Amino acid sequence: MDGSAILARLRGRLGARVLETHEHRGDHTAVIAPDGILDALRYCRDDAELGFDLLMDLTAVDYAKYPGREDGPRFDVVYHLYSVPHNHRVRLKVPVEQDAASVSSATSLWPIANWLEREVWDMFGIRFDGHPDLRRLLLYEEFVGHPLRKDYPIDRRQPLIGPHV
Amino acid sequence: MPEPNAREMFLGQGPGAEAGSQNLFVNMGPAHPAMHGIIRIFAELDGEMVVKADVEIGYLHRAFEKDCEVGPYNNAIPYTDRLNYVSPLINNFAYASAVEKLLGIDITERCKYIRVIMSEISRICDHLTCVGASAMELGAFTVFLYMIKAREFLWELVEDVTGARLTISYGRVGGVKADLPDAFGIKVRKAFAETRQVLQEVHTLVTGNRIFMDRMVGVGALSAQDTIAWGITGPLLRASGVPFDLRRVEPYWAYDRLDFEVVLGKNGDNFDRFLVRMGEMEQSMRMVEQALERMPGGAINVDFEGREIPVDAYVDRGKQGKTEGLLLLPISLSPNLQGQGRDAQSRVNVHDKTVVLPPKETAYGSIEGLMNHFMLVMDGYGIRPPAGEAYFAAEGANGELGFYVVSDGGDRPYRVRCRPPCLPPVAALPRMIEGQMVADIIPTFGSVNMIGGELDR
Repeated sequence: MDGSAILARLRGRLGARVLETHEHRGDHTAVIAPDGILDALRYCRDDAELGFDLLMDLTAVDYAKYPGREDGPRFDVVYHLYSVPHNHRVRLKVPVEQDAASVSSATSLWPIANWLEREVWDMFGIRFDGHPDLRRLLLYEEFVGHPLRKDYPIDRRQPLIGPHV
Repeated sequence: MPEPNAREMFLGQGPGAEAGSQNLFVNMGPAHPAMHGIIRIFAELDGEMVVKADVEIGYLHRAFEKDCEVGPYNNAIPYTDRLNYVSPLINNFAYASAVEKLLGIDITERCKYIRVIMSEISRICDHLTCVGASAMELGAFTVFLYMIKAREFLWELVEDVTGARLTISYGRVGGVKADLPDAFGIKVRKAFAETRQVLQEVHTLVTGNRIFMDRMVGVGALSAQDTIAWGITGPLLRASGVPFDLRRVEPYWAYDRLDFEVVLGKNGDNFDRFLVRMGEMEQSMRMVEQALERMPGGAINVDFEGREIPVDAYVDRGKQGKTEGLLLLPISLSPNLQGQGRDAQSRVNVHDKTVVLPPKETAYGSIEGLMNHFMLVMDGYGIRPPAGEAYFAAEGANGELGFYVVSDGGDRPYRVRCRPPCLPPVAALPRMIEGQMVADIIPTFGSVNMIGGELDR
């Protein structure tokens, strides 16, 4: 299916919960309201014409220092979906406010979301509601802060930790 | 009545005798010879069976994504070398292509072929390492030695082109560092003849070998649905019979002009993964041979031999004002810069002076060229894609290698996300090994081909 047709289909189903759609360099993106993301993902996966059966990637972007986004929602959680039977892609984004940094977990739809969401929690401090096991993935439990946030300086030292007793 | 011996006396008298069977918790790794790289598998065992497993990663985390944000776009190239350190060329090119997509530029035809050739050579290296190492862990040490020998021949090719074996940093946004060296095609044919012989020998040694088959067939299997649900791509997905290969379904660079087969398995077990990798190496060699034939620009010959002048003489003439015709003269470059002269560069790099460094003749011989050079390397200048985002995916040796780059219009990436191809299979590893024997962890883990560099980034 053509990228703009995918976006039109999503808009037809989710209505106002699709906040915005755009296309840049051939990539089609739909920005979904936080309360609609789980529905959107489930619809993308289960709808026969969309058929997005592969959650290719799940990540986040911290827009705290992005020109023009300083006052908007701080984070975007970004989903890259791919459909094996139809060979098409779409990108879904969910704006997340800093104070209520949490999104519905996609673990019930794709098991791989488990680790990808753990990584986003680890790196950005965004919580995923309904995640069964939200531990840090790449860093250790005693790590202070979330390093991919724009206000985390790259040269910050972490306190030394000893062996567990 | 005879006295009971010691064994009969103590049987059933131990402290655990009343508690029933007790499960044993075992750590494999982080430093275990079979954990290529560093990873920890925490397994709960009931006898020889794995009841439950948890995988802990992150031991090799180097803040790749954070590091990319602090330097200009081309500064991330050396970091991408260290993602998948067995096939670094694919990472280089995939990252460069993501930035090119963001810039909206198209690379030259010759460069596309160079990227295909070097990527496929890297893919063979990667598969050789994976198959060789996992065969070694099953006792086939000869296979490992043969395959490392073949990889050596291929790494010599890589060294010939890039000047390094591992940390090659050969890709550039808008092209590649330098053109292919002289007589590269002949060397490739020689190395491929050796590799083909090794593959033949390996097939003879292990494919159909009783011990190897017993350890591989039906072990670590995932169905096609499970593989997709776990986000697994690449050889593991193709081994379960799904014909998903980015080179075929979303052809990039020059893959749409090459004739190759997508090698498929059926059962999604370790043996099919082995067969898929063995088949893909042959297909990769076919692709390289075709690409070398069809590559525009033909063999690279310096046709103005004898007319080259050294760089210092060139600069002197410029200083003295003898600039007439100077820019048309070829110069002899130091070996470090070879292939970056005007002639080679116009073949392999985008003709866009906001992206690619000017050829050395221009940089040394004219003020405009020098300014152009500085405009690309000075802090705050350099490559500046318009604000926006792009996701580019290449078929890495382990699956879809994606780069998601966000630009705010500045000279350094606002965010670089690498979609690591071997993270999903490692995440699914507990699913593959639970319910199997402890000994099955080894071939399954080998078939996953975990690469710490890209897994932990």
